[in-house]
Amino acid sequence: MMEENRGPDIRPGRLPEAQAELSAIVIDEQNALTLSELSRACAVQTGYIIELVDEGLLTPEAAEEHEPQRWRFTGTQMRRARVALRLQHDLGVNLAGVALALQLLDEVEMLRTRLDTERG
Amino acid sequence: MEYKDYYKIMGVARDASQDDLKRAYRKLARKYHPDVSKEPQAEARFKELGEAYEVLKDPEKRVAYDQLGTNWKANQEFRPPPGWNAGFEFSQQGFTGGDASQFSDFFESLFGRGFHSQDNRSGSAPGAGRSPSHHAPGEDHYAKVMIDLEDSYTGATRTISLQVPEVDGQGRVSTREHKLNVVIPSGIRPKQYIRLAGQGALGQGQGKRGDLYLEVEFRPHPYYRVEDNDVYLDLPVAPWETALGATVKVPTPGGTIELKIPPGSATGSKLRLKGRGIPGKTPGDFYVVLRIVSPPATDETARSFYRNMAEQFKSFNPRAKLGVPP
Repeated sequence: MMEENRGPDIRPGRLPEAQAELSAIVIDEQNALTLSELSRACAVQTGYIIELVDEGLLTPEAAEEHEPQRWRFTGTQMRRARVALRLQHDLGVNLAGVALALQLLDEVEMLRTRLDTERG
Repeated sequence: MEYKDYYKIMGVARDASQDDLKRAYRKLARKYHPDVSKEPQAEARFKELGEAYEVLKDPEKRVAYDQLGTNWKANQEFRPPPGWNAGFEFSQQGFTGGDASQFSDFFESLFGRGFHSQDNRSGSAPGAGRSPSHHAPGEDHYAKVMIDLEDSYTGATRTISLQVPEVDGQGRVSTREHKLNVVIPSGIRPKQYIRLAGQGALGQGQGKRGDLYLEVEFRPHPYYRVEDNDVYLDLPVAPWETALGATVKVPTPGGTIELKIPPGSATGSKLRLKGRGIPGKTPGDFYVVLRIVSPPATDETARSFYRNMAEQFKSFNPRAKLGVPP
């Protein structure tokens, strides 16, 4: 549906209209998402995100607070939530299984990047 | 349009049972799931698999598909025979799962008619299910952007092509291509998201438009690797540079620097350049890992030099830790 147009190859003449002003925000520690924002971004109910936090699968900022409304989620957490959703939906894995899969995937990825650079 | 052999895609016989299909699906789904797999073409294979399972797991669709006969070959030019599905009644409206918008034209021509407007995406995710209302906010959309590590030091601009829905006077929705210039700020780390407010799907009624999230990925770099906001470089050094110490030129994504190698450094030693990783409020560090590289002994002068070295270092046993006698 959407595709990226690589490179800084910007030819204003081909654009159909003037560029809209875009407020681009990086979802980092300063602009982390609230529980309801993350739920909306993942198209799930807040209860599902709370389950992911309870399972230890997501670690929000301010996790020690027992008030979920104060939790904040960075992009890393958002990505984990989305992968968890996809794995659950596509592979029929339960939450504990998803948590294990994510942990192993992190390790594999770290090892793989090390391998690649050591070979290179 | 090409014929798709769903049985072949799933690697099962035409008389496979529902249990066989489920097992085959799960096995292949784990193998090709884009979040898990490093197989080439994983994403395409996974989509194809989802489509095949979508048809074969549904007894009605499977019977209809089987009705096409066994004479078709995979990738053969295909046109549905006229009235091919007459007499079949599909009890379910539209697709039962998966991401229908990703399915092939072949699927579309057989099972897609009249079902285009169905949106099953949000309904298929666990925990999903916003109650339909007249004023619902639009869905959030996602797109991936690839950048280079250097871009995270300097910032970059990318042009993103989007399909923007538009509603005309009669309430009909159509799409139009729209290009956005997005400024990717410096300090961006891999797997972060950039949110573009109001660039997602149209809301219903007075509901506001969804947001667009850009997932940032770094292209693999030939010599740097990134861990969180730290950047690592394996630095080849000559034996005398580590033994005697030296000042050498080292590339960093932010530009070349001079690095002092302390005398007596070993291979694998890690030198930290504080704050030279990905910039930010708390910038990451740049780590240089020393890798000793010996000059080749391709001519007689070099070989005689190595012979002298062997003589000089007679008592040196590089394999001392391996428990074998010298």
